[in-house]
Amino acid sequence: MSEKHIERSYDPASQKMIKKAGEENIQIAWDRYDAMQPQCGFGELGLCCKVCNMGPCRIDPFGEEPQEGVCGATKDTIAARNLVRMIASGAAAHSDHGRDIAHALILAAKGDAHDYKLKSTEKLKRIAEIYGIDTQGKSIEKLGEEVGEKCLAEFGQQHGELKMTGRAPAKRQALWRKSGITPRGIDREIVEIMHRTHMGVDNDYKNIINHGMRAALADGWGGSMIATELSDILFGSPEPIRATVNLGVLKEDEVNIVVHGHEPTLSDVVQEAAKDAELLELAKKYGAKGINLVGMCCTANEILMRHGIPSAGNFLQQELAILTGSVELMMVDVQCIMPALSSVANCFHTKLVTTSPKCKFPGVEHVEFKEEKAQEIAKDIIRKGVENYKNRVKERVDIPKEIKGLVAGFTTENTFHILGGRYRRTYRPLNDAIISGRLRGAAGVVGCNNPNIRHDWAHISMVKELIKHNVLVVQTGCSAIACAKEGLLSPESAFKYAGAGLQEICQAVGIPPVLHVGSCVDNSRILLILSEAIKEGGLGEDLSDLPVAGAAPEWMSEKAISIGFYFVASGVYTVFGTPHPVLGSENVANYITNELENVVGGKFAFEADPIRAAQMMIKHIDKKREALKLPPLMYEREPVRMSSNG
Amino acid sequence: MAKDLLQKKKTKDIKIYCDITKCVGCKSCELACAVEHSQTKNIFTALREKALPKKRVRAENVSSKIISLHCQHCEDAPCIKACMSGALSKDEKTGATLHDKDKCVGCWMCVMTCPFGAIVRDVENHIAVKCDLCPDREDFACVVACPTGALFVGTKEEFGKKIKQKKKG
Repeated sequence: MSEKHIERSYDPASQKMIKKAGEENIQIAWDRYDAMQPQCGFGELGLCCKVCNMGPCRIDPFGEEPQEGVCGATKDTIAARNLVRMIASGAAAHSDHGRDIAHALILAAKGDAHDYKLKSTEKLKRIAEIYGIDTQGKSIEKLGEEVGEKCLAEFGQQHGELKMTGRAPAKRQALWRKSGITPRGIDREIVEIMHRTHMGVDNDYKNIINHGMRAALADGWGGSMIATELSDILFGSPEPIRATVNLGVLKEDEVNIVVHGHEPTLSDVVQEAAKDAELLELAKKYGAKGINLVGMCCTANEILMRHGIPSAGNFLQQELAILTGSVELMMVDVQCIMPALSSVANCFHTKLVTTSPKCKFPGVEHVEFKEEKAQEIAKDIIRKGVENYKNRVKERVDIPKEIKGLVAGFTTENTFHILGGRYRRTYRPLNDAIISGRLRGAAGVVGCNNPNIRHDWAHISMVKELIKHNVLVVQTGCSAIACAKEGLLSPESAFKYAGAGLQEICQAVGIPPVLHVGSCVDNSRILLILSEAIKEGGLGEDLSDLPVAGAAPEWMSEKAISIGFYFVASGVYTVFGTPHPVLGSENVANYITNELENVVGGKFAFEADPIRAAQMMIKHIDKKREALKLPPLMYEREPVRMSSNG
Repeated sequence: MAKDLLQKKKTKDIKIYCDITKCVGCKSCELACAVEHSQTKNIFTALREKALPKKRVRAENVSSKIISLHCQHCEDAPCIKACMSGALSKDEKTGATLHDKDKCVGCWMCVMTCPFGAIVRDVENHIAVKCDLCPDREDFACVVACPTGALFVGTKEEFGKKIKQKKKG
């Protein structure tokens, strides 16, 4: 019983706060998870259909009656429909984020949102070219407006193809066309999922899932990619930057403000406003030494990548940050914000503020964010935090000391140019490293936290196993934060954990063996990194030829399903920790974990043990190396490890 | 909870009752029962076993009320009387109605005589199956799985007391 906090999280800082929650009888996610046991088997297996009012219908997974819903839907139809509805939700969340960024870009370009400037003109021009906009003689503002409008139009586009899909290798584009899954418009594919899964429409599970892939591609190569690229234009393209992570970034003698959620529009202005002289003066008046702005979840990743703002932690640490008793204000925007935050905040002096009209909490103060008055609103929110400092109860402040350094800020553009050096900005060295066998390949380890698996443990164990076997790892979201807390995102970790070949690369270039490429919409960066590697040559003609794999070992959100599907539909073998809720249908399970490889070149696997999952990824990478007729790895033997826990 | 149930295992004349005011018909008891009577005792792997496990409990509509129906381990059990092969018998120590699958010939007489419809036909193996009060575990799979706390295990007196208390409160 007393060891519960250790079982629940791998991270010592989180363990302390989980213990504190228990002592103070404050309910947190793990307690609610325990209280929820056992969870419904029909839901776990994907066999509950509540699409229409003849239901809810549940199919008996053990072959007894009923085997069909009232309408006659089989378990295959029901499981497939449920699954693609998860894709619809995930793709909608990412894409709506992208829509907001496009909207902000237009406002900024028109001068209606004067707190924003178009920071990356280089990227603006590149994206303008992709959209076929003539850049000659146009001002940055004019170009920004046109790019924003073109992107925004793709959400409502009804036919044709999304422009960004043209960035994939030609062979991949042809395959998508042949399979009829090239996305036509972003919103259209999501809406079509809702139509097809309405009562009495599509009941061919393969046809349903194929359309699910189309919507997922509209996310990865559409909504998410627009979110990433336009954020880079608006807030600046990230460059490698040093920062710190974990609850230890909260300060005992400063006003702590946590920005939590996903979008960078407000947080980017807030990080400016936190340096405001008048507000700093006010903080001093209340006895605080300064204003300490920290991030949480993907909002953290956005401002960490661009400004080096410290991250207080990942998804399962949102309640724990408040439990330190040191947070004056937590402002949230959208996605992955637990409704429980308001009750946890009520146990402390912490003020919770919602900012998006899409995400309100009953009884919680709402300060609506508007791009036109960004700075003013940001200052207003910070002021509320500063004024709350006087309510902090010193005796209840308990900040874990844990803090780790990391390097973040890698992108499609800078990552491998670093490999090529300042004068030779090319992916050649990356491809050569893989071809020569220094690197086995690359893996993307991404995704959430979930109380159904020990917090951070699966991410860290998997990534260590991968880099030990010379697999370069790229990360986003909560997975990146997990590994950052373990120190895997610092260059020094190469010597501790990486295989000899990967170590050589890290040493020569001065990069960590694990590269942080951003928030969860920034998984689109990984798609582009893969496309660039194909373009460079020597590693095949299609994304599915590459010796790479993906994983989401602690996934929980519908966004993770959408991400998984756009990687699989792009040809990447992808391993999820716990299975998608489809195992009640053997046909659907077999389709996505087996047959799909013949359709799109990628497929799913489900494996809860992170080490075994890593080994499955390595096996797949080796299979692809063999198919490319690449030589054996340069260093087959294990590297000498300096740490016992490697 | 678990300790409480462990104690129940040792009590005589226990059975599983359903509080019909709490049963919402979610069928979690059915799934838990089938999984408990599988080889692997895991919902994901149980589905891939050669012979699919059989549930011995059903969530049913009875006079427009939902009830999770189990073997009532009757004191004077008609199924035992009807059993021609001696597969059904009374455990004198615990009061449970036992079923020996090796002796069962699948005549379904027990199925026909059970006033609760609580005995299930396993057609593939041609035998009857029924609630065995989970001999492989310390507690009771369906009771633990019930999300609303409708299922109760205990003696007739204990259940009566519980319902009376509820009516008062």
